[in-house]
Amino acid sequence: MAALLPITHLLWDTWRGNLTVNPLQDWTFRTGDWALRLLVASLACTPIATIFGFKQASSVRRALGLYGFGYAVVHFFIFIGVDYRFAFDLIWDDLATKRYILVGLVALLIFMPLAITSTRAWMKRLGRQWKQLHKLTYIAVPLAVVHYIWLVKADLRDPLLYATIVAVLLLLRLPWVRTQISKLKYRRVFQKL
Amino acid sequence: MAPKKTIMKIYSSEITPEQTYYAQSQSRRQFFKTAGLVASGALLSACAPSTPSTVDPAPTAIKPEKPVTAGQTDELGDAITQYDAISNYNNFYEFTTDKQGVAQMSAGFVSSPWKVQVGGLVNNPKTFDIDDLRKIAPIERIYRMRCVEAWSMVIPWSGFTLSNLLKQVDPKSEAKYVRFETLLDSNRFPGQRDRSFPWPYTEGLRLDEAMHDLTLLATGIYGKPLLPQNGAPIRLVVPWKYGFKSIKSIVKIDLVAEQPTSLWMKSGPSEYGFYSNVNPEVSHPRWSQSSERRIGEMARRRTLLFNGYADQVASLYAGMDLRKNY
Ligand code: HEM
Repeated sequence: MAALLPITHLLWDTWRGNLTVNPLQDWTFRTGDWALRLLVASLACTPIATIFGFKQASSVRRALGLYGFGYAVVHFFIFIGVDYRFAFDLIWDDLATKRYILVGLVALLIFMPLAITSTRAWMKRLGRQWKQLHKLTYIAVPLAVVHYIWLVKADLRDPLLYATIVAVLLLLRLPWVRTQISKLKYRRVFQKL
Repeated sequence: MAPKKTIMKIYSSEITPEQTYYAQSQSRRQFFKTAGLVASGALLSACAPSTPSTVDPAPTAIKPEKPVTAGQTDELGDAITQYDAISNYNNFYEFTTDKQGVAQMSAGFVSSPWKVQVGGLVNNPKTFDIDDLRKIAPIERIYRMRCVEAWSMVIPWSGFTLSNLLKQVDPKSEAKYVRFETLLDSNRFPGQRDRSFPWPYTEGLRLDEAMHDLTLLATGIYGKPLLPQNGAPIRLVVPWKYGFKSIKSIVKIDLVAEQPTSLWMKSGPSEYGFYSNVNPEVSHPRWSQSSERRIGEMARRRTLLFNGYADQVASLYAGMDLRKNY
């Protein structure tokens, strides 16, 4: 639920006229930022739960992912609907000439089936395959980061920070890294004995 | 001949209330068309009361008092952009890369005394004092400004044509290009400590572009002296090119034989070419060049070739492949 705060804040700022003189850009940036933040947070849940034993993290994983997707959808509709007013020749022109738009769209398309199958019913129906399917986030989130890297003009610090965090979160999932971490954990337990 | 795009200065007594402005704008435009180029010293003295008598070339307040010019349009009928927007949404990396932060960062920027050194391949090299440049009969022009980042504004400038200045130094026949340089001083321009850019900011024009009647050296905006965030005390304005060509806070102008390499050409050769003419047909990897957001409007506009000045400048590029010469 707290994930609804940023959009409320955005609407509030719009209402109060607190945005810059380029509000369309503010909306695009802020929804894009929050989409990415929530998606990355969702990726962080499992490592936090397994490494630090903070089990509650797992329970918000799906919600964070879904809200992240929700922001991405709003972000996308601001782009095609509010900004471009569905002027498809212009949208097509951007899609064809700007690689950052293309990867953004690919990321969004990958998230689509994941969002649809995020209900309990679908989890049951798909069983094991559900987990496999949802590993697509490991591709889609990095694509969203690439989207960000490619759209930045000069200051790459923010997108590279995201890139680093996502890289660490993905590395933590490699089997080799996981066994090393659990070995470390066991050693600690033995030392204490 | 195309009508001159120069618009007469409006005295404060003539300012139109918002409601009646739209109704009147039609006939007013007609009037402007016939008014032609207005450039007289009397106009400068007309705005003198609005500035303190002690010369303060660059007011430092972030939101200065409302300027005298209001309720005007450019020759296409586009309303001029709010002064607040013009003075608080700026690309000026010498201060900061944050467009909203420039106004604050640049408050207190000292732009007086200031000298502009004009030399290179000229017969009469000369260093101009900004106070003398201000005495050149000022003209006011309302131009569209199209940023490469796909946003645009309509801005009332005052200043004089670059050709006016160049004629005074008498370019030699070998001179083919003009090279401009911004002040290099990381104490006054903290952004210049960022080593990822090859400071100082440099820009260039072909000599015929520089001599074109649309090409302006601006010392004022909205009937007031230029604000630091807008390039005080003197900047270039080339309305048919992307905004970054219109170099700010100029200290040096050289006539040269070879095509100069600008800061943006150095830092992104595939993205920023020498010409950088506004062209909806030539795409950029990040920003739409086929459309733009006019600041103050909520719907995109289609970008015009040469930013709407094609009738006056297209002939400069006759026979050139504008996709290659981007
Ligand atoms: C999962 C999907 C996506 C995520 C996580 C995402 C994230 C982001 C982020 C973080 C930014 C930069 C915000 C900033 O600079 O503060 C951004 C900007 C932007 N995104 Fe996305 N995005 C996604 C999909 C898309 C799609 C599908 C489109 C369009 C088809 C799109 C169009 C844009 C545009 C136009 C910008 C602004 C670029 C600019 O004005 O310079 N994004 N996005």
